[in-house]
This record gives sequence, C-alpha cells and structure tokens, in this order.
Amino acid sequence: MFLSRTLLKRHSVLPGFDLALGFTLLYLGFIVLIPLSAAFLKTATMTWPAFVEAVSSPRVMASYRLTFGASALAALLNAFFGLIVAWVLVRYEFPFKRLVDALVDLPFALPTAVAGIALTALYAQNGWIGQMLPFKVSYTPIGVFVALTFIGLPFVVRTLQPVLEDLNHEVEEAAATLGANRWQTFTKVIFPVLTPALITGFALAFARALGEYGSVIFIAGNMPMVSEITPLLIITKLEQYDYQGATAIAVVMLVAAFSLLLAINGLQAWTRAKQGR
Amino acid sequence: MSTVNRRVTLLAMAAVAVASPFAASAQAAGKTLLNVSYDVSREFYKDYNAAFAAYWKKTTGEVLTLNQSHGGSSKQARSVVEGLEADVITMNQANDIDILAERGGLVPADWAKRLPDNSAPTTSVSVILVRKGNPKNIRDWGDLGRPGVSVIIPNPKTSGNGRYTYLAAWGAALKNGVAPAAVKALVERIFANVPVLDGGGRGATTTFAQRNMGDALVTFECEVPLIQREFGGDFEVIYPAWTVLAENPVSVVDKVVDKHGTRVQAEAYLKYLWSDEGQEIAAKQHIRPRSAKVLAKYAKDFPKVNAFTVDEMFGGWKKAQKEHFDDGGFYDQIIVRTKK
Repeated sequence: MFLSRTLLKRHSVLPGFDLALGFTLLYLGFIVLIPLSAAFLKTATMTWPAFVEAVSSPRVMASYRLTFGASALAALLNAFFGLIVAWVLVRYEFPFKRLVDALVDLPFALPTAVAGIALTALYAQNGWIGQMLPFKVSYTPIGVFVALTFIGLPFVVRTLQPVLEDLNHEVEEAAATLGANRWQTFTKVIFPVLTPALITGFALAFARALGEYGSVIFIAGNMPMVSEITPLLIITKLEQYDYQGATAIAVVMLVAAFSLLLAINGLQAWTRAKQGR
Repeated sequence: MSTVNRRVTLLAMAAVAVASPFAASAQAAGKTLLNVSYDVSREFYKDYNAAFAAYWKKTTGEVLTLNQSHGGSSKQARSVVEGLEADVITMNQANDIDILAERGGLVPADWAKRLPDNSAPTTSVSVILVRKGNPKNIRDWGDLGRPGVSVIIPNPKTSGNGRYTYLAAWGAALKNGVAPAAVKALVERIFANVPVLDGGGRGATTTFAQRNMGDALVTFECEVPLIQREFGGDFEVIYPAWTVLAENPVSVVDKVVDKHGTRVQAEAYLKYLWSDEGQEIAAKQHIRPRSAKVLAKYAKDFPKVNAFTVDEMFGGWKKAQKEHFDDGGFYDQIIVRTKK
C-alpha cells in the first residue's frame, strides 16, 4: 500500500488502484506462483549433487538441446509465415476468408494428442506426405519440429492481426508520395511497427512449444539422446516415482523459460522505446 | 492416446459425479465402489462389473454402483497415492500397488498375501506378433536381435508392456542357458533394432499395424485379438520358447474402504474375480484365467507356454525396477549405448 501510494498512485487517473493491484497479486499468486513454488520447494529437499546429477546427465542435456532448439526453430518459422498469413487475412478480401481465419485457431482447439496422431500418420513413411519426402520426418527430431510448428502458428497470427488492422493506410501512402518504393515502405515503415507484436508472437509460440507434450510424443519416436523431449523425461521420472528428479528438471526448464521470456520482453520494450511509442 | 483417454475418463467421471446423486436416490442408498485400473483392462472390467453387480444384488439385495477409472498404470497409482479415493486398485504390475504401501500406507506391505495366487486373479504372457508368412523367420527372442530385423516395443520407461517385454527377453535368455554375462549384450541387440519407442502398448500397436513399421511387435497375448480385429488378420502370433508371465494383481485400498465403509463390498468384489463367472469373463477377453477348469474350457485360445514370473526370475518387481528400469539401471545403459 505504501508503495502504491507514494510511487504509483499519482500516475494513475483511474480509481480503485489499490483494490485492483491487490486482486492482481492475489490472483497471480494463487494461479501461478503457489503451484510453481511447490516445484521449487520439492526440489529444495534434494542435495546439490543429486540435483546436478538429475538435471545435467547427458541424456537430459540432449533433451534440452532438442526441446529448446526445436521450439526456437518452430517459433522462428511461425514468425515468418505467421506474418504472411496475418498480412493476407488483414489486407486482402477473398472468398472463404472467414473460414481460413477460423482455420488458424484450429491448433488451439484440437486436443494435442489428436494433432500428434494426425501429423504422425501424415508424415510417416507410408503417409500421404511422408511417402513423397526423400527423408524421414515422423520418429525423428524433424517430426518434433513439425509438431511444434503446428501448435505454435495461432500465437503469431493472432498477436499480429490487431496490430496490422490498426496500421494507418495514410502512413503508407505518405511513404509512397515521398518516393519510397514498396520494399522501402515495408522495411522502413510497416515492419518497425510490427516488430514488437512479432516478438510477442514469437515468445508465445516458443513458450508454448517448450511445454508441449501431447502432440510431440506420438511423432518423436522418443529415442534416447536423439528424439526425447524434456517433458518426456519428466514423465519417465514420475513413472519411477522419482518426484524430486522430475521437479528438478521442471525447475531448470522453468528458470530457463522464464529468463528467455524476460529477455524477449526486454527486447520488445527496447524496440518499442526505440520507436518512441 | 493417453491424453484422450484421460479426458474421456475425466468426462466419464464428471458425468458419473453428476448422475450419481440421482442414481443413489432412485436405488435406495446403495454403496459405490471405485475401481482404479490400468489402461487396457477397460473392456474386461466393464463386463465384470455388470456381472458382479448382478451377483451382489442376488445374494445380498444391495444395489452397488461400480465405477471404473483407467489410464497408464503408474499414473493411476500416483493418483491414488495423491488422494483419488479408489476402493480397489487393479493393476498389471505389483510395484504399482507396492507404492500405495510405501507412500501413505494406503495398503499394508503384505497386501499380496491376502488373496490367492499372489493376489493376481488373471495373467497374460508377452508374445511376438509378426507379419503374415513370417518373412523374417522370427521364432524366438534371439531372432529379434538379428541384424536387419526391426522390432516395435513400447518404451519400458513409460509402459508396463515395455517393461514386461524387456524382462521376457532377459529371463528367456537365462532360461535358454545363455551365460548371465552375455544376457545384457543379447537384450542390447534387440533394443538396437527398435526404431520407435512409443509411450504405451496401444501406441506401439498403431506404429506396427497402421504405420507399417517393424517386422515384429511385442505385446501381451490378450491384446492380439483386438489387433486382429482392428487391423485385419495380416499378422501371426509367435509364442517364444520362454516368456514372462504378466500377473495382474488386485487389492482393496484399506484406508479408503475404511473411510467409505465399503470393505465388505470391496473384498467381495475382488474375491469374485476368482469365481467361475469372473474367470470366464477374463478368458473371453483373452486374459489367462487362473482356474484350471476355465483354462481347459478355453484351451484353444491359450496355447501352453513356458512362462516364468517376475518374482522367481528377478526377485520381485521392486528389485527388477531398481536394477533394470530406474535411472542408470541396465535398461538405461543398454538404450543409451545403442543410440549413441
């Protein structure tokens, strides 16, 4: 209360700040912090060498590389193609546009296991797509990447759409009248405005991919050192009733994911500040 | 699959939760039993519950509501440890009941001694399924380790089916006179031929039957009719010279039945599994009955096999789990070496 009164309240023109802040903290505490702190408490019962052993064995390290690597690549791909999809959906009129728009949300709504089974069937070597490809997708790390791309797409598209809709046509027209070609208009005028939203979309897709289990597990093949994702290792530890080992890995993932998201948020704030918005 | 199953189970449980007050009031305050079980026992307990409810009504006049919950076995056991109020637990591996004794003392440590046959009313065996005509001429576990053979086995880290497969190959090698020092290398050759480690038995079946991967699939005998039915008869079953006897142990969850006041019903429910009717329902689902009489009646479905139990070959599940499947155990050593 002291904090709010002295530092923050004078900036606020709206009434009810104390109540709203209190509610926010309480809500976040119950929904996010308490469950997560349980993981930290459980891990705290481990000795340090046991913790290090649990979170840094070669097999676990290989799973970090796969999970973080495939998630980042999938989010990058989605950032690129998601931008195109969002652009088309906002800027052009075409038949069945609403249907296509609704399709984007499908990866949100589909149970992840269903997505995993469907993708595995498509990309298996006797599947529709799989038999046309010269390399294996299902049961390899590429399969993991495919599944993570699928589930991440809506995050990028849905964060970019409102920003694109808000974009003023006049700014582009002004750029054109001032002699900018189309490429310059895009790179110098449109893209900088989109960057913060694009970064947010990337961060959301990335974070979602890190924790994904249901769809990946069917397509990955789950080979140790090759295609085991970190969430699977957490599950295998639980299978042997090793709660501590499982939470130890979870804590590492949590800290890593949180630092990355914090860094991405920082980057986003920086790009915003650079544009003076 | 498991997520879907869990969702379906949750939905079913929610539906039961909503419906049960009405059911109870309509049927003069009958008791309710919750049976928490593993994934593929769904069909068996559906039939068995109907049979037992009828039997119980006839003998005592009491109308029982029998609910069932299914999922991966360790996951189910964890739910009970963490507070799911199961009156009885029916598993396919003893260590998933042992955990109830170790954590929270939900059952006594000697729970397995309370009923006949190690408290396991039914069994199954691990068998090898090959493609029609057996083109790779697979006859026994050793053949799965030959170069050029590919075999689908569910992940022993996450699947009881996979653990039994691994133990079957290991124990059979010992029974066939392979020197103990060479057994590990033999099992390692088999797992070097595994292209995909599915999370559970049904997933492995899909990989083998639908994705057309692998020359062989190892699974429980009781799963074979389902596979034949779903995917046609393009497969042949191979009974190895020696295999493992998968015992399906059951127990009353003492703390829960004492709280619910359902001990009498729960104990009767489990005991009836050994009755002729209970054993026949199992046999019809291709689960091996203990009763010699029922087994003889269904002899054509259950060829005679040489099978060893986990207890006699590996000194019990607890020891097998620790030596073979826990982190850093023999299985980890094998699998990490084959994939490096």
